[in-house]
Order: sequence, then structure tokens, then C-alpha cells
Amino acid sequence: MGLDFSILPAYADILWKGTLWTIALTVLSMFFSLAGGVVFAVLQLNRHAIIRWPVAGFAWLFMGTPLLLQLFLIYFGLVQIGLDLNAFVAGVIALSLHFAVYNSEIIRSAIVAVDKGQYEAARSLGLSQFQAMRKAIVPQAVANVTPALGNMMIALLKESALVSVIGVMELTLSAQRAISDSFRPFEFYIAAGAIYYVLNLGLEQAVRVAERRSAQYR
Amino acid sequence: MDFALIGRIWPFFAEAAWVTIEVSMLAIILGLILGFAAALASLSRNVLLRWPARAYVSVFRGTPALIQLFLLYFGGPQIGIHLGPFEAGVIGLGINIGAYMCETIRGAILSVDKGQTEAGRCLGLGQTQVMRRVILPQAARMMVRPLGVNAIALIKGSAIVSTISVLELSYTAHRYISSTYKPFEMFILASIFYLAIVTVFSFGVKKIDERVALES
Amino acid sequence: MSEPIVKIRGLKKNFGSLQVLKGIDMDIDQGQIFALIGASGSGKSTLLRTINQLEEVTEGEIWFDGELVNQKLPHRQREAHLNRLRQNIGMVFQHFNLFPHLTAIENVTMAPLMLGRVNKAEAIEQAKKLLDKVGLSDRGDYYPSKLSGGQKQRVAIARSLAMNPKLMLFDEVTSALDPELVGEVNRVMKALAEEDMTMIIVTHDLRFAEDVSDHVIFMADGLVVEEGPPSLVFRAPQEDRTKSFLQQVFND
Ligand SMILES: Nc1ncnc2c1ncn2[C@@H]1O[C@H](COP(=O)(O)OP(=O)(O)OP(=O)(O)O)[C@@H](O)[C@H]1O
Ligand SMILES: [Mg+2]
Repeated sequence: MGLDFSILPAYADILWKGTLWTIALTVLSMFFSLAGGVVFAVLQLNRHAIIRWPVAGFAWLFMGTPLLLQLFLIYFGLVQIGLDLNAFVAGVIALSLHFAVYNSEIIRSAIVAVDKGQYEAARSLGLSQFQAMRKAIVPQAVANVTPALGNMMIALLKESALVSVIGVMELTLSAQRAISDSFRPFEFYIAAGAIYYVLNLGLEQAVRVAERRSAQYR
Repeated sequence: MDFALIGRIWPFFAEAAWVTIEVSMLAIILGLILGFAAALASLSRNVLLRWPARAYVSVFRGTPALIQLFLLYFGGPQIGIHLGPFEAGVIGLGINIGAYMCETIRGAILSVDKGQTEAGRCLGLGQTQVMRRVILPQAARMMVRPLGVNAIALIKGSAIVSTISVLELSYTAHRYISSTYKPFEMFILASIFYLAIVTVFSFGVKKIDERVALES
Repeated sequence: MSEPIVKIRGLKKNFGSLQVLKGIDMDIDQGQIFALIGASGSGKSTLLRTINQLEEVTEGEIWFDGELVNQKLPHRQREAHLNRLRQNIGMVFQHFNLFPHLTAIENVTMAPLMLGRVNKAEAIEQAKKLLDKVGLSDRGDYYPSKLSGGQKQRVAIARSLAMNPKLMLFDEVTSALDPELVGEVNRVMKALAEEDMTMIIVTHDLRFAEDVSDHVIFMADGLVVEEGPPSLVFRAPQEDRTKSFLQQVFND
């Protein structure tokens, strides 16, 4: 069986929809993973061990195990406790939690790394604690974490392909649907790969812009 | 938590853990070989070496490992590549991680001070000699830990070969979730093995790193 | 008089649009000690680095030992030519550039061994002699990280000497050293000078330059402004730029 890429346009529609779902999935998960990352980071810096430890344990568990396994846990686990979510929501939750853990490590070390002197200098200028945080600490911390968080977001896009295994009709599963109809895996995986590649290029570009923007505060 | 169930089925997970270890270790070896070759090629002055190496890294880092695996396993037969699940898993993972390892190795080589090359060349050594005896020994020391990070990512990432029916840990977990409807137990059971593998592997990397660290 | 060992004619060097060397002529005879002085950025390092082709030349000619250094050759032949050339020209850097993964003695033996000049026993024998000569016979098994700056620099000199070079280039080799360590390195260079090694020494240490050299070159803005024996250049400079440079330095 030779290769025949001329078959692709007939399935442009399903691939296009899959692409949109992948984008939606990725953007939502990025947002929640960043928000979650901040929350986990702050919790892990809490004075009380009773708050720190469970978060640390959770982080350790999620950093040491595969995303795919976490996906199974969340998708099937939520069903078991009576929350029959649709696959898309489960996918977003799994991706968000998985990456929130990694993001929190990055954010936490950045917060710790911002010089105490900076904070004190800001306070001695008469800024309130909140102002000091906002004007002195946060911009610097953001500049410091942007490259690493950007890499995480780039990884997230590619890892989002995994949610196809729980039945989210994103790009990878869309390609599989087209394949089960056309029996042409090679052509469609190349096509899906090419789309991911382009999305990835776009995201890398965006990350680079964000890095440049935030670097001025360093 | 259904401990009776866990007690009954853990041996199947232990067996599956061996498959995870096998797939991962073989893929890591393949990745190291490819990563090394690609790193040297990408630093070569010959465009016929440099260009394909850059393309390899860009394509395999720019697309999902799962797509690469599916392309190899399901699409391979269309271009005459017939592989069993295990072979496809090792090769697919190895090619993927090789692209990341290439960047790690390249970065380590480039981080060796330019003065080292100059000193070597000033003694009359050729480019290859300097690379082999001056740059690589120093770069090797710097790359152990980051390559360890790549390798650990691969061990966890190896879960994706469950989708092409390699009977490893995640495949086993998935199968028992479907048959027992006990996702928490299966997750914990599989996690124990993953964490054990990753912990032992990290320890090994740390030991190697200490062994090769500069005496100072 | 025989041919000079280094002959430079009309040497120009551009970095992009910046012209760093603007036409240098120079003759160095066998056994001469040249001191190269001048303000920061005047092009001293660049000149030194073109001689062994760490920097390519934009225009002009450099001859070493009767051979054109900057010949246009196909890549492979050029590499062979450069390797041969550099085996005869030693270079010592400001920041030592010792190989940190090798002991002092391994630093010295590496190149002779790799180039198949000697067998292992001979290489070690020779390295021990050289380390002894630079006053480090008891430091052979030390890694560079365990040596002081002055010791590192002396190992670096021994490493260069192991190739039996006909010319030694020194680029501010004491600039990175604590003041109390400068003397030990200068003494080694002085001893070499007394053995009739041909040397070009770039330095900001004008007292040492006067003491060791038999010819001084003062550079400014990529040109040789004044040259001559140290007694003249230092004691009775002719050019205003030389005067003001010397005044500045000696007043510091
Ligand atoms: N690789 C390079 N690329 C661009 N410009 C360079 C490069 N190397 C040197 N230059 C420039 O060339 C000029 C001469 O530099 P050079 O290092 O030769 O000066 P120098 O006399 O050795 O100064 P110093 O006493 O500070 O060592 C400087 O303006 C420097 O900025
Ligand atoms: Mg200089």
C-alpha cells in the first residue's frame, strides 16, 4: 500500500475541528495549570506543616508518575465517586493538575529566590506590604519564571495528545477517526504531526515574546 | 482501599514493571546514541550533517511523542516498516528522547569555555582531538544530571507505549481498572512501581554524577 | 642577518565594520624579546592572536619561520597547516585555560603524547623537567583547581614549552593574578628570555616590560605608534601619545 496524501482534503473538516479542540484544551489547561501552580506554590510556602505536607506529598506523587496514569485516575476515579464528567473536562483537570505541580516548583523557587533585600528596600521606601509585593517582588519573579513556565506550556501542548486515550475528540483522536475510515494511518499521523508542529511553532513564538516582555523587570 | 485485591494482583504489576524498565532502558540507550550523534552533527561545519541533525531535533521536539509512536507503529507498515509493539515502543521512545538528549549534550558541549578549545588548538591539536580529549571530558561531567532529567522524563513518558499494547505498568493499570472498577487502588499500585523505578534511577544518576564530578 | 622568524606586513584586521588593526609591520629576529604595550582596546591581543591564527587576517601577510601563515588553503590542508604552525608557537593566556580534568603533569604531557612526538615515559620525563623548571616539581599530581593562580600560570607555561616551540606568545599572563603572585610568573618568563627563547609579551606591567624586553612596541588604535629599545621608548619617547600613555600609567 503506497502513500497517497491526496486523500487528506476530504477529511479537512474533522482535522480542523480536532485542531480547535486541541487549542481549547491546551489554552484552558494552561490557564488552570498556572493558577494552580501559584496556589500550590503559596500553599507550599505556608508556615503550617499541616498545609505544606499534603501539598508536598501530592506534588511528589504527581511528579513521579506518568501523566497517562493520572489521566486514568481522574477519568475513571471521578466516575467512581459519582461525578460522571465528560472526557474533555476530565482531560482539562488532569492536564491542569499535572502541570500545576511542575509550575508550582518553578514558581516556588522563584519566590524564594527574589532577594529579601529587595522586599526590605521596597518597604523602607514606604510601600505597604501589598505594594512591595506588587511593585518589587512580583515583576521580578515573573521575569525569572517566564522561560521555565514557557517551556512547561510548550510541553503541555504536546502532552495534550494523551487525552485522546480517554476519548476526547481532539486532534490525535480526530486523526484516528479519519484513519479508521480511510485506513491510511501514515498520511493522517503525518498530517496531525504537521499541525502540532505548526501550533508548537506559534506557541514557541508567543513564549519568546512573553520572555522578552517580562525580561525588562529583571 | 481494597487491600485484599492489591495483595492478589500486585505480582502482575511487578511483572509489568519489568517491561517498563526494559522498554525505558533500551529507549534511553538508543536516545543517548542518537542524541550524541545528532549533537556532534549539529556542531559540525558540514551542512550535510548539521542540517539533518537540526531538522531531527526540531521535528521530534516539536510534535507529540504519541503521534510519533502511532506513525511508527500504525503507519510504518505502509512504508515497509513492520515492528512489534515492544520494538516500536523502544524505537519510538528512543528517537523521541534522542532529540531532547541532543539538545542537552549540545548545550553541555557549548558551555565548555571557549578558552579550552583555544588552548588545545594552540598546542597544535586538531579539531577532533580537542573535541575528544578536551571538550567532551568536561562536557560529560556537566551533562550527567540534565541527561538524567531527560531519562526520568522518558521513564514516565514510556507509559504511552501502553496505547500500542505493550504490556507494561500503565497498560496493566488500565486493564485492571476496566475489570475491577477500582481506579484508586490501581493508580496507587502502579505509582508505587513508577516511584520506585524513578527513585532508584535518580539515585544511580546521582552516584554517576558524583563519580565524574571534578575533583576540587 | 638571517631572515626574521616573524615578519608581518601591512596587517589589517576587521571585526565586522570595526577595524582593529590598521596596517601593522613588524620583524622579530630569533631570540628577541618583544614587549607589546598600549591602552586597553588598542589591538594588542588581536595582533598576538593573528600570529597563530586564532583570529583570521583581513589583509596583509604574516610570515613565521619562512612560511606564510595566512595562506588561503582548502579546509583540510589549512587545518593541517595550522596544526603544524601552532605546534611551533606556544601561547599563554590571561586566564590560564588549563584543562581542569587533567592533573598538572597530564596537562603538560597531553599534546606531545597525542601528537605522537614521544612515548609515555619520555613525555613524563620531559614534563617533570619542565615542571621543575617552573618551580612546581612537587605539584605534578595536582588538579588545576588545587593550584594558586600563579601556579596555574606556570603550569600553562610548562604545557606550552612541552611542544618545544620556536616562539612564545604571552597575553597579559599576570593580569588575572593577585599582586603577590606576579613575581613568580615573571621570574619564569625572565628565565626563558635568558635562554634565548623568542617571545612576544603583551603586558600592562611596564616595569617588567622594561626589565625583560629588548624591543618595545607601543600600539594605539590599531597602529604601531612608536617602537625601539626599552631604554628609548620608556626613557625618551618621541611621540606625544606615547608620552601621555606612559605618564598615565606611571602616575597610577
Ligand atoms: N571577537 C571580537 N569581535 C568583535 N570585536 C572584537 C573582538 N575581539 C576584540 N574586539 C575589539 O577589538 C578591539 C581591540 O581588542 P583587543 O582585545 O585586541 O585589545 P587589547 O589591546 O588586547 O586590549 P586589552 O588591553 O583590554 O586586552 C577592541 O575594541 C575590542 O572590543
Ligand atoms: Mg588584550
